[in-house]
Amino acid sequence: VTSHPIPSGTRDVLPDEMRELRAISATALRVFTDAGYGEVSTPALEYESTLARGDVSHGLPAYRLFDEQGDVLVLRSDMTVPIARLVATRFAHAEPPLRLCYLAHAYRGVRPQRGQSREFLQAGIELVGAPAPEGTAEALTVLCDVLDAVGLAGYRVGLGDVALFQALLDEADVAAPAREAILTALVARDLVSLEREVHELGLAEDLAGPLVRAPQLRGGPEVLGALEGHAHEAAEGLRRIHALLAPRVAARVIFDLGLVRNLDYYTGAVFQVYDPALGEAIGSGGRYDDLLGRFGRPLPAVGWALNVERLHIALAGEERGA
Amino acid sequence: MTSAPALTIAVPRGALMRDTLDRLDAIGLDTAEVRANDRKLLFRDVGVVTMRPSDVPTYVSAGAADIGIAGKDVLLEQREREVYELLDLGYGGCTMVVASVGGADPMAEALRRLGVVRIATKYPKIAARHFEETGRQAEIVEVKGSVELAPLTGLAEGIVDLTATGTTLAENGLVVREEIVRCTARLIANPVAHKLKATAIDALLERLRAAGA
Repeated sequence: VTSHPIPSGTRDVLPDEMRELRAISATALRVFTDAGYGEVSTPALEYESTLARGDVSHGLPAYRLFDEQGDVLVLRSDMTVPIARLVATRFAHAEPPLRLCYLAHAYRGVRPQRGQSREFLQAGIELVGAPAPEGTAEALTVLCDVLDAVGLAGYRVGLGDVALFQALLDEADVAAPAREAILTALVARDLVSLEREVHELGLAEDLAGPLVRAPQLRGGPEVLGALEGHAHEAAEGLRRIHALLAPRVAARVIFDLGLVRNLDYYTGAVFQVYDPALGEAIGSGGRYDDLLGRFGRPLPAVGWALNVERLHIALAGEERGA
Repeated sequence: MTSAPALTIAVPRGALMRDTLDRLDAIGLDTAEVRANDRKLLFRDVGVVTMRPSDVPTYVSAGAADIGIAGKDVLLEQREREVYELLDLGYGGCTMVVASVGGADPMAEALRRLGVVRIATKYPKIAARHFEETGRQAEIVEVKGSVELAPLTGLAEGIVDLTATGTTLAENGLVVREEIVRCTARLIANPVAHKLKATAIDALLERLRAAGA
Protein backbone atom coordinates (compact mmCIF):
# COMPACT_ATOMS: atom_id res chain seq x y z
CA VAL A 1 0.00 0.00 0.00
CA THR A 2 1.37 3.43 -0.94
CA SER A 3 1.48 5.90 1.91
CA HIS A 4 -0.63 9.03 1.41
CA PRO A 5 -0.89 10.45 4.90
CA ILE A 6 -3.69 12.68 6.21
CA PRO A 7 -3.03 15.47 8.74
CA SER A 8 -2.26 14.46 12.33
CA GLY A 9 -5.41 14.22 14.43
CA THR A 10 -7.77 13.70 11.50
CA ARG A 11 -9.15 10.45 10.19
CA ASP A 12 -11.26 8.79 7.54
CA VAL A 13 -14.56 7.17 8.47
CA LEU A 14 -15.57 3.99 6.66
CA PRO A 15 -19.10 2.66 6.08
CA ASP A 16 -19.59 0.47 9.20
CA GLU A 17 -18.61 3.24 11.58
CA MET A 18 -20.28 5.92 9.47
CA ARG A 19 -23.60 4.06 9.65
CA GLU A 20 -23.43 4.03 13.46
CA LEU A 21 -22.32 7.67 13.70
CA ARG A 22 -25.13 8.66 11.34
CA ALA A 23 -27.67 6.81 13.49
CA ILE A 24 -26.54 8.73 16.58
CA SER A 25 -26.67 12.03 14.70
CA ALA A 26 -30.13 11.29 13.29
CA THR A 27 -31.46 10.44 16.75
CA ALA A 28 -30.01 13.64 18.20
CA LEU A 29 -31.52 15.76 15.42
CA ARG A 30 -34.91 14.12 15.91
CA VAL A 31 -34.85 14.93 19.65
CA PHE A 32 -33.74 18.50 18.90
CA THR A 33 -36.59 18.95 16.39
CA ASP A 34 -39.17 17.46 18.77
CA ALA A 35 -38.01 19.94 21.43
CA GLY A 36 -38.52 22.85 19.05
CA TYR A 37 -34.90 23.49 18.05
CA GLY A 38 -34.14 24.56 14.47
CA GLU A 39 -30.96 23.31 12.81
CA VAL A 40 -28.46 25.89 11.57
CA SER A 41 -25.19 25.71 9.70
CA THR A 42 -22.36 28.25 9.77
CA PRO A 43 -19.08 28.43 7.85
CA ALA A 44 -16.23 26.26 9.14
CA LEU A 45 -14.02 29.33 8.64
CA GLU A 46 -14.62 32.54 10.59
CA TYR A 47 -12.62 35.74 10.85
CA GLU A 48 -10.19 35.51 13.74
CA SER A 49 -11.59 38.78 15.08
CA THR A 50 -15.03 37.13 15.38
CA LEU A 51 -13.77 34.20 17.43
CA ALA A 52 -11.63 36.57 19.52
CA ARG A 53 -14.86 38.12 20.84
CA GLY A 54 -15.50 34.77 22.48
CA ASP A 55 -12.21 35.23 24.32
CA VAL A 56 -11.44 31.59 23.62
CA SER A 57 -8.27 30.97 25.59
CA HIS A 58 -6.33 27.79 26.31
CA GLY A 59 -4.57 27.56 22.98
CA LEU A 60 -7.77 27.45 20.93
CA PRO A 61 -8.31 27.80 18.04
CA ALA A 62 -5.41 26.13 16.30
CA TYR A 63 -5.83 26.40 12.54
CA ARG A 64 -5.32 29.77 10.90
CA LEU A 65 -4.92 30.91 7.31
CA PHE A 66 -5.03 34.10 5.26
CA ASP A 67 -7.60 34.94 2.61
CA GLU A 68 -6.85 36.95 -0.55
CA GLN A 69 -7.38 40.22 1.38
CA GLY A 70 -4.78 39.25 3.96
CA ASP A 71 -7.45 38.80 6.65
CA VAL A 72 -6.80 36.04 9.18
CA LEU A 73 -9.29 33.18 9.02
CA VAL A 74 -9.68 30.53 11.69
CA LEU A 75 -11.28 27.10 11.66
CA ARG A 76 -13.97 27.33 14.36
CA SER A 77 -13.00 25.72 17.67
CA ASP A 78 -16.64 25.29 18.70
CA MET A 79 -20.11 26.31 17.50
CA THR A 80 -21.09 28.55 20.40
CA VAL A 81 -19.24 31.67 19.25
CA PRO A 82 -20.33 31.34 15.57
CA ILE A 83 -23.95 30.92 16.70
CA ALA A 84 -23.65 33.98 18.96
CA ARG A 85 -22.54 35.88 15.86
CA LEU A 86 -25.37 34.36 13.83
CA VAL A 87 -28.01 35.31 16.39
CA ALA A 88 -26.74 38.89 16.68
CA THR A 89 -26.74 39.38 12.89
CA ARG A 90 -29.45 37.16 11.37
CA PHE A 91 -31.87 37.33 14.29
CA ALA A 92 -31.09 40.90 15.40
CA HIS A 93 -34.77 41.67 16.04
CA ALA A 94 -36.28 38.22 16.53
CA GLU A 95 -38.34 37.72 19.65
CA PRO A 96 -36.46 35.54 22.15
CA PRO A 97 -36.16 32.80 23.12
CA LEU A 98 -34.39 31.32 20.11
CA ARG A 99 -33.87 27.56 19.97
CA LEU A 100 -31.07 26.54 17.62
CA CYS A 101 -29.28 23.25 17.12
CA TYR A 102 -26.42 21.98 14.99
CA LEU A 103 -24.49 18.99 13.83
CA ALA A 104 -21.11 20.31 12.80
CA HIS A 105 -17.38 19.72 12.83
CA ALA A 106 -15.10 21.88 14.98
CA TYR A 107 -11.32 22.01 15.10
CA ARG A 108 -8.84 22.14 17.95
CA GLY A 109 -5.10 21.55 18.20
CA VAL A 110 -5.37 18.74 20.71
CA ARG A 111 -2.83 15.97 21.15
CA PRO A 112 -4.30 13.23 18.98
CA GLN A 113 -5.42 10.05 20.76
CA ARG A 114 -8.63 8.02 20.98
CA GLY A 115 -11.57 10.40 21.34
CA GLN A 116 -9.25 13.39 20.87
CA SER A 117 -9.45 14.36 17.22
CA ARG A 118 -8.39 17.70 15.84
CA GLU A 119 -11.48 17.62 13.65
CA PHE A 120 -14.46 16.42 15.65
CA LEU A 121 -18.21 16.20 15.13
CA GLN A 122 -20.43 17.99 17.63
CA ALA A 123 -24.17 17.69 18.15
CA GLY A 124 -25.49 20.49 20.29
CA ILE A 125 -28.04 23.16 21.09
CA GLU A 126 -27.97 26.84 21.96
CA LEU A 127 -30.95 28.29 23.83
CA VAL A 128 -30.76 32.08 23.50
CA GLY A 129 -32.87 34.52 25.50
CA ALA A 130 -33.89 32.03 28.19
CA PRO A 131 -32.35 33.07 31.52
CA ALA A 132 -31.42 30.86 34.46
CA PRO A 133 -32.76 28.80 36.01
CA GLU A 134 -35.53 27.84 33.53
CA GLY A 135 -33.28 27.97 30.45
CA THR A 136 -30.60 25.90 32.14
CA ALA A 137 -33.14 23.31 33.25
CA GLU A 138 -34.51 23.07 29.68
CA ALA A 139 -31.00 22.62 28.25
CA LEU A 140 -30.24 19.85 30.76
CA THR A 141 -33.55 18.15 29.97
CA VAL A 142 -32.89 18.12 26.21
CA LEU A 143 -29.38 16.79 26.95
CA CYS A 144 -30.77 13.84 28.92
CA ASP A 145 -33.46 13.30 26.24
CA VAL A 146 -30.75 12.88 23.58
CA LEU A 147 -28.60 10.56 25.70
CA ASP A 148 -31.65 8.45 26.62
CA ALA A 149 -32.76 8.33 22.99
CA VAL A 150 -29.39 7.08 21.71
CA GLY A 151 -29.43 4.44 24.44
CA LEU A 152 -26.51 5.45 26.65
CA ALA A 153 -27.28 3.76 29.97
CA GLY A 154 -24.75 4.78 32.60
CA TYR A 155 -24.24 8.47 31.91
CA ARG A 156 -24.23 11.23 34.54
CA VAL A 157 -24.16 15.00 34.15
CA GLY A 158 -21.73 16.90 36.39
CA LEU A 159 -23.26 20.29 37.23
CA GLY A 160 -21.30 23.17 38.72
CA ASP A 161 -21.25 26.96 38.64
CA VAL A 162 -18.21 29.00 37.62
CA ALA A 163 -19.36 31.81 39.95
CA LEU A 164 -19.18 29.56 42.99
CA PHE A 165 -15.45 29.26 43.49
CA GLN A 166 -15.09 32.95 42.59
CA ALA A 167 -17.52 33.72 45.44
CA LEU A 168 -15.33 31.75 47.85
CA LEU A 169 -12.29 33.72 46.68
CA ASP A 170 -14.23 36.98 47.11
CA GLU A 171 -15.28 36.02 50.61
CA ALA A 172 -11.67 35.32 51.55
CA ASP A 173 -10.58 38.58 49.85
CA VAL A 174 -8.01 36.76 47.69
CA ALA A 175 -6.47 39.17 45.18
CA ALA A 176 -3.98 38.71 42.32
CA PRO A 177 -1.48 37.11 41.97
CA ALA A 178 -2.59 34.45 44.49
CA ARG A 179 -6.06 34.39 42.94
CA GLU A 180 -4.68 33.48 39.51
CA ALA A 181 -2.37 30.87 41.01
CA ILE A 182 -5.28 29.22 42.81
CA LEU A 183 -7.53 29.29 39.74
CA THR A 184 -4.72 27.92 37.57
CA ALA A 185 -4.28 25.01 39.98
CA LEU A 186 -8.04 24.40 39.98
CA VAL A 187 -8.26 24.35 36.18
CA ALA A 188 -5.23 22.02 36.04
CA ARG A 189 -7.00 19.77 38.61
CA ASP A 190 -3.87 20.07 40.79
CA LEU A 191 -5.48 20.03 44.23
CA VAL A 192 -2.10 19.61 45.96
CA SER A 193 -0.87 22.95 44.62
CA LEU A 194 -4.25 24.54 45.27
CA GLU A 195 -4.10 23.57 48.93
CA ARG A 196 -0.53 24.88 49.18
CA GLU A 197 -1.41 28.21 47.58
CA VAL A 198 -4.36 28.61 49.95
CA HIS A 199 -2.29 27.77 53.03
CA GLU A 200 0.38 30.28 52.03
CA LEU A 201 -2.23 33.02 52.32
CA GLY A 202 -2.48 32.32 56.06
CA LEU A 203 -6.27 32.66 56.05
CA ALA A 204 -8.50 31.77 58.99
CA GLU A 205 -9.81 28.21 58.78
CA ASP A 206 -13.40 29.29 58.08
CA LEU A 207 -12.16 30.99 54.88
CA ALA A 208 -9.36 28.61 53.84
CA GLY A 209 -11.32 25.40 54.56
CA PRO A 210 -14.03 25.96 51.93
CA LEU A 211 -11.44 26.89 49.27
CA VAL A 212 -9.60 23.62 49.85
CA ARG A 213 -12.70 21.45 50.21
CA ALA A 214 -14.97 22.83 47.45
CA PRO A 215 -13.10 21.18 44.54
CA GLN A 216 -13.61 17.83 46.25
CA LEU A 217 -17.35 18.37 46.87
CA ARG A 218 -19.33 16.34 44.38
CA GLY A 219 -22.42 14.18 44.72
CA GLY A 220 -26.15 14.54 45.26
CA PRO A 221 -28.02 17.72 46.29
CA GLU A 222 -26.66 17.28 49.84
CA VAL A 223 -23.32 18.82 48.75
CA LEU A 224 -25.15 22.12 48.19
CA GLY A 225 -26.18 22.04 51.85
CA ALA A 226 -22.53 21.77 52.94
CA LEU A 227 -21.87 25.39 52.00
CA GLU A 228 -21.97 28.53 54.12
CA GLY A 229 -21.83 32.28 53.64
CA HIS A 230 -21.18 33.63 50.14
CA ALA A 231 -20.79 30.14 48.73
CA HIS A 232 -24.23 29.22 50.06
CA GLU A 233 -25.67 32.24 48.23
CA ALA A 234 -23.64 31.43 45.11
CA ALA A 235 -25.08 27.91 45.13
CA GLU A 236 -28.63 29.30 45.13
CA GLY A 237 -28.58 29.12 41.32
CA LEU A 238 -27.81 25.41 41.41
CA ARG A 239 -30.56 24.81 43.98
CA ARG A 240 -33.06 26.61 41.74
CA ILE A 241 -32.05 24.51 38.72
CA HIS A 242 -32.36 21.36 40.79
CA ALA A 243 -35.87 22.36 41.90
CA LEU A 244 -36.97 22.62 38.25
CA LEU A 245 -35.62 19.28 37.04
CA ALA A 246 -37.89 16.31 36.44
CA PRO A 247 -36.90 13.36 38.66
CA ARG A 248 -35.49 11.39 35.70
CA VAL A 249 -33.16 14.31 34.87
CA ALA A 250 -32.32 15.14 38.49
CA ALA A 251 -31.33 11.49 39.00
CA ARG A 252 -28.61 11.94 36.35
CA VAL A 253 -27.10 15.06 37.91
CA ILE A 254 -23.97 15.06 40.06
CA PHE A 255 -23.40 18.43 41.71
CA ASP A 256 -19.75 19.24 41.27
CA LEU A 257 -18.56 22.35 43.07
CA GLY A 258 -15.04 22.13 41.66
CA LEU A 259 -16.20 22.06 38.05
CA VAL A 260 -14.60 24.87 36.09
CA ARG A 261 -14.21 25.16 32.36
CA ASN A 262 -11.28 26.65 30.54
CA LEU A 263 -13.51 28.49 28.06
CA ASP A 264 -13.70 32.08 29.20
CA TYR A 265 -17.22 32.86 28.04
CA TYR A 266 -19.03 30.79 30.67
CA THR A 267 -20.76 32.87 33.33
CA GLY A 268 -22.89 30.59 35.52
CA ALA A 269 -23.92 26.96 35.48
CA VAL A 270 -21.53 24.66 33.64
CA PHE A 271 -21.92 20.97 32.96
CA GLN A 272 -20.03 17.97 31.70
CA VAL A 273 -21.30 14.56 30.60
CA TYR A 274 -19.59 11.44 31.97
CA ASP A 275 -20.03 7.77 31.29
CA PRO A 276 -18.29 4.90 33.08
CA ALA A 277 -17.33 3.44 29.69
CA LEU A 278 -15.07 6.39 28.80
CA GLY A 279 -12.24 8.05 30.73
CA GLU A 280 -13.04 11.55 29.51
CA ALA A 281 -16.10 13.79 29.22
CA ILE A 282 -18.48 13.00 26.33
CA GLY A 283 -19.88 16.50 26.15
CA SER A 284 -20.08 19.78 27.96
CA GLY A 285 -21.84 23.10 28.13
CA GLY A 286 -23.01 25.92 30.30
CA ARG A 287 -24.44 29.43 30.56
CA TYR A 288 -22.81 32.28 28.67
CA ASP A 289 -24.91 35.28 29.60
CA ASP A 290 -22.35 37.90 28.43
CA LEU A 291 -21.29 36.47 25.07
CA LEU A 292 -24.23 37.71 22.94
CA GLY A 293 -23.70 41.20 24.32
CA ARG A 294 -20.17 41.21 22.86
CA PHE A 295 -21.85 40.86 19.44
CA GLY A 296 -24.34 43.64 20.18
CA ARG A 297 -27.39 41.64 21.17
CA PRO A 298 -27.27 41.23 24.96
CA LEU A 299 -29.29 38.13 25.73
CA PRO A 300 -28.74 35.42 28.34
CA ALA A 301 -27.97 32.06 26.79
CA VAL A 302 -27.12 28.46 27.56
CA GLY A 303 -25.92 25.63 25.37
CA TRP A 304 -24.06 22.37 25.19
CA ALA A 305 -22.37 20.09 22.70
CA LEU A 306 -21.93 16.34 22.66
CA ASN A 307 -18.84 14.91 20.97
CA VAL A 308 -20.49 12.39 18.63
CA GLU A 309 -17.31 10.32 18.23
CA ARG A 310 -16.83 9.96 22.00
CA LEU A 311 -20.52 9.23 22.47
CA HIS A 312 -20.12 6.43 19.93
CA ILE A 313 -17.06 5.05 21.78
CA ALA A 314 -19.00 5.11 25.06
CA LEU A 315 -21.99 3.34 23.49
CA ALA A 316 -19.69 0.67 22.07
CA GLY A 317 -17.98 0.37 25.47
CA GLU A 318 -21.30 -0.08 27.26
CA GLU A 319 -22.30 -2.77 24.75
CA ARG A 320 -19.06 -4.65 25.38
CA GLY A 321 -19.41 -4.33 29.16
CA ALA A 322 -23.09 -5.31 29.25
CA MET B 1 -13.73 -10.72 50.05
CA THR B 2 -14.60 -12.12 46.67
CA SER B 3 -16.24 -9.04 45.14
CA ALA B 4 -14.26 -7.05 42.58
CA PRO B 5 -12.34 -4.09 44.03
CA ALA B 6 -14.10 -0.74 43.71
CA LEU B 7 -11.06 0.94 42.16
CA THR B 8 -8.23 -0.01 39.83
CA ILE B 9 -4.94 1.42 41.11
CA ALA B 10 -1.93 2.04 38.86
CA VAL B 11 1.24 1.30 40.85
CA PRO B 12 4.64 2.35 39.47
CA ARG B 13 7.39 -0.25 39.38
CA GLY B 14 10.82 1.03 40.35
CA ALA B 15 11.87 3.46 43.08
CA LEU B 16 8.35 4.30 44.28
CA MET B 17 7.02 0.74 44.32
CA ARG B 18 8.01 -0.44 47.79
CA ASP B 19 6.78 2.71 49.60
CA THR B 20 3.59 2.63 47.55
CA LEU B 21 2.85 -0.99 48.46
CA ASP B 22 3.68 -0.28 52.11
CA ARG B 23 1.20 2.58 52.09
CA LEU B 24 -1.47 0.45 50.40
CA ASP B 25 -0.89 -2.29 53.01
CA ALA B 26 -1.24 0.32 55.75
CA ILE B 27 -4.75 1.18 54.55
CA GLY B 28 -5.85 -2.45 54.43
CA LEU B 29 -5.07 -3.73 50.94
CA ASP B 30 -3.21 -7.03 50.78
CA THR B 31 -0.35 -6.50 48.34
CA ALA B 32 1.55 -9.72 49.19
CA GLU B 33 0.76 -11.17 45.75
CA VAL B 34 2.07 -8.04 44.03
CA ARG B 35 5.32 -8.20 46.01
CA ALA B 36 5.76 -11.90 45.25
CA ASN B 37 5.39 -11.52 41.47
CA ASP B 38 8.08 -9.72 39.53
CA ARG B 39 6.76 -10.52 36.08
CA LYS B 40 2.99 -10.42 36.56
CA LEU B 41 1.48 -6.98 35.84
CA LEU B 42 -2.23 -7.25 36.51
CA PHE B 43 -3.61 -8.22 39.94
CA ARG B 44 -7.38 -8.21 39.56
CA ASP B 45 -8.16 -9.44 43.09
CA VAL B 46 -6.59 -6.40 44.76
CA GLY B 47 -7.34 -4.01 41.89
CA VAL B 48 -3.67 -3.26 41.24
CA VAL B 49 -1.90 -2.87 37.90
CA THR B 50 1.87 -2.34 37.88
CA MET B 51 3.75 -0.49 35.17
CA ARG B 52 6.70 1.67 34.21
CA PRO B 53 6.42 4.90 36.29
CA SER B 54 6.09 7.23 33.31
CA ASP B 55 3.13 5.16 32.03
CA VAL B 56 0.99 5.81 35.13
CA PRO B 57 -0.48 9.14 33.89
CA THR B 58 -1.23 7.51 30.52
CA TYR B 59 -3.29 4.71 32.07
CA VAL B 60 -5.04 7.02 34.54
CA SER B 61 -5.90 9.78 32.05
CA ALA B 62 -7.37 7.20 29.67
CA GLY B 63 -9.42 5.63 32.46
CA ALA B 64 -7.67 2.24 32.16
CA ALA B 65 -6.91 2.78 35.86
CA ASP B 66 -9.12 4.90 38.14
CA ILE B 67 -6.31 6.19 40.32
CA GLY B 68 -2.55 5.89 40.40
CA ILE B 69 0.66 6.90 42.11
CA ALA B 70 3.09 9.02 40.11
CA GLY B 71 6.13 11.13 40.92
CA LYS B 72 5.68 14.88 40.55
CA ASP B 73 8.56 14.75 38.02
CA VAL B 74 6.50 12.47 35.77
CA LEU B 75 3.42 14.70 36.14
CA LEU B 76 5.39 17.86 35.32
CA GLU B 77 6.84 16.20 32.24
CA GLN B 78 3.34 15.14 31.11
CA ARG B 79 1.34 18.29 31.90
CA GLU B 80 -1.02 17.65 29.00
CA ARG B 81 -2.44 14.54 30.71
CA GLU B 82 -5.79 15.38 32.23
CA VAL B 83 -5.75 13.88 35.72
CA TYR B 84 -6.64 15.08 39.19
CA GLU B 85 -3.70 15.46 41.55
CA LEU B 86 -5.31 14.66 44.90
CA LEU B 87 -2.63 14.13 47.52
CA ASP B 88 1.06 14.61 48.18
CA LEU B 89 2.02 11.21 49.57
CA GLY B 90 5.27 12.60 50.93
CA TYR B 91 7.58 9.70 50.07
CA GLY B 92 9.92 9.30 47.11
CA GLY B 93 11.46 12.70 47.75
CA CYS B 94 13.84 13.83 44.99
CA THR B 95 14.96 17.11 43.49
CA MET B 96 15.02 18.07 39.82
CA VAL B 97 18.35 19.83 39.36
CA VAL B 98 20.62 21.43 36.80
CA ALA B 99 24.13 19.99 37.09
CA SER B 100 27.41 20.35 35.25
CA VAL B 101 31.08 19.36 35.61
CA GLY B 102 32.73 20.77 38.75
CA GLY B 103 35.04 23.79 38.65
CA ALA B 104 34.34 26.71 36.32
CA ASP B 105 30.77 26.19 35.08
CA PRO B 106 30.88 25.16 31.38
CA MET B 107 27.22 26.19 31.02
CA ALA B 108 28.09 29.81 31.83
CA GLU B 109 30.95 29.75 29.34
CA ALA B 110 28.70 28.32 26.57
CA LEU B 111 26.01 30.91 27.21
CA ARG B 112 28.51 33.78 27.26
CA ARG B 113 30.47 32.83 24.16
CA LEU B 114 28.02 30.79 22.06
CA GLY B 115 24.66 32.16 23.25
CA VAL B 116 23.14 28.71 23.67
CA VAL B 117 23.75 26.02 26.26
CA ARG B 118 23.23 22.34 25.44
CA ILE B 119 21.34 20.42 28.13
CA ALA B 120 21.02 16.64 28.12
CA THR B 121 17.98 15.24 29.94
CA LYS B 122 15.33 12.58 30.20
CA TYR B 123 12.89 15.40 31.02
CA PRO B 124 12.90 17.60 27.87
CA LYS B 125 9.75 19.55 28.75
CA ILE B 126 10.77 20.37 32.33
CA ALA B 127 14.25 21.36 31.12
CA ALA B 128 12.98 23.52 28.24
CA ARG B 129 10.50 25.24 30.53
CA HIS B 130 13.10 25.94 33.22
CA PHE B 131 15.56 27.55 30.81
CA GLU B 132 12.75 29.45 29.09
CA GLU B 133 11.54 30.79 32.43
CA THR B 134 15.04 31.84 33.45
CA GLY B 135 15.62 33.65 30.16
CA ARG B 136 18.42 31.46 28.80
CA GLN B 137 18.62 29.88 25.36
CA ALA B 138 19.04 26.13 25.63
CA GLU B 139 19.29 23.29 23.15
CA ILE B 140 17.62 20.32 24.81
CA VAL B 141 19.23 16.97 23.95
CA GLU B 142 16.92 14.11 24.90
CA VAL B 143 18.65 10.95 26.08
CA LYS B 144 17.05 7.74 27.37
CA GLY B 145 19.72 6.43 29.71
CA SER B 146 22.59 7.54 31.99
CA VAL B 147 22.39 11.26 31.49
CA GLU B 148 25.56 11.84 33.56
CA LEU B 149 27.57 10.65 30.57
CA ALA B 150 26.56 13.59 28.39
CA PRO B 151 28.64 16.40 29.99
CA LEU B 152 31.63 14.06 30.41
CA THR B 153 31.77 13.28 26.70
CA GLY B 154 30.99 16.74 25.34
CA LEU B 155 27.46 15.93 24.18
CA ALA B 156 26.17 18.73 26.40
CA GLU B 157 27.45 21.34 28.85
CA GLY B 158 24.88 20.52 31.50
CA ILE B 159 22.12 18.13 32.48
CA VAL B 160 18.67 18.34 34.02
CA ASP B 161 17.96 15.27 36.11
CA LEU B 162 16.27 13.94 39.20
CA THR B 163 18.50 13.28 42.18
CA ALA B 164 17.72 11.83 45.60
CA THR B 165 21.09 11.88 47.35
CA GLY B 166 23.41 13.38 44.75
CA THR B 167 25.69 10.31 44.94
CA THR B 168 25.56 9.42 41.24
CA LEU B 169 26.20 13.03 40.28
CA ALA B 170 29.21 13.27 42.63
CA GLU B 171 30.65 9.94 41.43
CA ASN B 172 30.70 11.37 37.91
CA GLY B 173 32.31 14.64 38.97
CA LEU B 174 29.10 16.66 38.50
CA VAL B 175 27.90 19.37 40.86
CA VAL B 176 24.38 20.73 41.34
CA ARG B 177 24.12 24.27 39.95
CA GLU B 178 20.40 24.93 40.38
CA GLU B 179 17.42 23.26 42.04
CA ILE B 180 14.35 23.38 39.80
CA VAL B 181 11.65 21.68 41.85
CA ARG B 182 11.25 19.25 44.74
CA CYS B 183 9.34 16.11 43.66
CA THR B 184 7.42 13.58 45.77
CA ALA B 185 4.91 10.82 45.02
CA ARG B 186 1.38 12.01 44.25
CA LEU B 187 -2.00 10.31 44.20
CA ILE B 188 -3.71 11.01 40.89
CA ALA B 189 -7.21 10.21 39.64
CA ASN B 190 -9.00 9.95 36.32
CA PRO B 191 -11.37 12.96 35.93
CA VAL B 192 -14.39 10.80 35.13
CA ALA B 193 -13.71 8.27 37.90
CA HIS B 194 -13.28 11.25 40.27
CA LYS B 195 -16.97 12.07 39.64
CA LEU B 196 -18.52 8.63 39.10
CA LYS B 197 -16.59 6.80 41.85
CA ALA B 198 -16.44 9.73 44.27
CA THR B 199 -17.31 7.73 47.39
CA ALA B 200 -14.65 5.06 46.82
CA ILE B 201 -11.99 7.64 45.88
CA ASP B 202 -12.76 9.88 48.87
CA ALA B 203 -12.65 6.91 51.24
CA LEU B 204 -9.26 5.84 49.89
CA LEU B 205 -8.00 9.42 50.00
CA GLU B 206 -8.98 9.79 53.66
CA ARG B 207 -7.28 6.52 54.60
CA LEU B 208 -4.12 7.46 52.72
CA ARG B 209 -4.13 10.89 54.35
CA ALA B 210 -4.47 9.28 57.79
CA ALA B 211 -1.79 6.66 57.05
CA GLY B 212 0.65 9.35 55.92
CA ALA B 213 0.08 11.72 58.83
